Amino acid sequence: MEAGLFTANNVWMMVCTALVFFMHLGFSFLEIGLTRQKNTVNILFKNVFIICVGLLLYYIGGFNLMYPGFEEGATGFFKFAGFGIAAPENGMTPEYADGGYTWWTDFLFQGMFAATAATIVSGAVAERIKLGGFMIFTIIYVGLVYPIVGSWQWGGGFLSSLSYGEAEGFYDFAGSTLVHSVGGWAALIAIYLLGARIGKFGEDGKARAIPGHNLPLAAAGVLILWLGWFGFNGGSVLSANPAGTSLVLVTTCLAAAAGGVAAFLTSTVLYKNYDLTMFLNGILGGLVGITAGADQMSPNEAVVIGLIAGVIIVLGVALIDKLKLDDPVGAVAVHLICGIWGTLAVGIFGALAGFDQFLVQLAGVGAAAVFCSITAFVILFIIKKVAGLRVSEKEELEGLDIHEHGMDAYADFRMDQQ
Amino acid sequence: MKKVEAIIRKSKFDEVKKALHEIEVNFFSYWDVTGVGNEKQGHVYRGISYSTTDIQRRYLSIVVSDEFLEKTVNALLESAMTGNVGDGKIFVSEITEAYRIRTKESGHAGIN
Repeated sequence: MEAGLFTANNVWMMVCTALVFFMHLGFSFLEIGLTRQKNTVNILFKNVFIICVGLLLYYIGGFNLMYPGFEEGATGFFKFAGFGIAAPENGMTPEYADGGYTWWTDFLFQGMFAATAATIVSGAVAERIKLGGFMIFTIIYVGLVYPIVGSWQWGGGFLSSLSYGEAEGFYDFAGSTLVHSVGGWAALIAIYLLGARIGKFGEDGKARAIPGHNLPLAAAGVLILWLGWFGFNGGSVLSANPAGTSLVLVTTCLAAAAGGVAAFLTSTVLYKNYDLTMFLNGILGGLVGITAGADQMSPNEAVVIGLIAGVIIVLGVALIDKLKLDDPVGAVAVHLICGIWGTLAVGIFGALAGFDQFLVQLAGVGAAAVFCSITAFVILFIIKKVAGLRVSEKEELEGLDIHEHGMDAYADFRMDQQ
Repeated sequence: MKKVEAIIRKSKFDEVKKALHEIEVNFFSYWDVTGVGNEKQGHVYRGISYSTTDIQRRYLSIVVSDEFLEKTVNALLESAMTGNVGDGKIFVSEITEAYRIRTKESGHAGIN
């Protein structure tokens, strides 16, 4: 391979790495926007903690847990290649990854993904979880659970070689299951164990609205996330391959647009109003939905996947309310339900479509479901019993900012409590 | 001297300000308030409909000489009205003294 092409590939991968990093700002903005101002500092603290600690954990052991180098053809479940990171001998040469990137780029690109799983949980548990408990959960989940599930597929483990009939292995291009559902399952378990925010359900048991305090910030967050997805999916091509990257960006953006439009239309028909927050969630649903098969779909198929994801978002948010669960930002509908949809869609649409592939996709969804929900339950249950998961009623009512942090997000700005 | 306090629709503020200027009431304070009243406002958030009686209004505090009282109140009554529930209220109270800080003047000279 020419040195120039190797350099171009590596530059693209580093640009994508930066874009995925930027998504953490998007997640932070969205979460702040859809919650109340009294908990803003707490949310920012969690999100900043996640990116810093997530990256360090990935450096300490996560990368070597996720890419341990399973034997060729082995059905690997767990392998650990040791602490720390050190580039192999050919790590800076085109031999390392077909000239797509260097070993350092590989580490950092994957490291930016790692923290996302905890970020998803952060939104769902916002406004009531104890900071300490959340930090312990994040360390275990991002440090162990995320890389183990990732190793099953991207690390060459048993899912990647799970063949059935015509299907040759589970397929998850950029992580509808491996990233989004992994976070989504933990979010679902966490909001079940935590309980709803005070005031979310009235005495009649009906869900009540707790409007977010900054919709401009929520909109900025979603548009930043969309931009970040150029790197999330675009980088998952693992080189700057012109045909591959351009198709992936087209399918990604079309699915996002279709998801937004479908969600806004569905919510307008059902609730007779133009709900910006549903529109925003729909865009994210479309993005999560296309992520598993972004390189396998035609533009038409991407639009269909996005449209269905948009409808799923609106119904999913209503379902979570019906189940008496409280998810302030719609994380379960976006990341879990649309993550599952996107993973299954690889067996329905696109180049890999087929009944055998569908069953393999279903098996992958099931494996992640069992492992993630059990581990999340065990970790969170132990934290709940030992230290307590939830802040006191007084703290919740007065805000986590003042009690956990002794700070106001808008100290010099007119306050409007609640 | 009298203090005229008025709670009005925010959307009527420009008209009210103009009407006060026309009768040469050029000095007053205002701030935005939230109140509870007879009017209900419908909202929908993420598929949940709810209505609230918490209404946003603007609160004006105007201190005038006694001879300005009637035209001030009339100006407010005319300019702040739409005829629908929620147009607001006007309260009049006695002010004992007023001072202008810069010149240390008091009484009528203190407010105009």
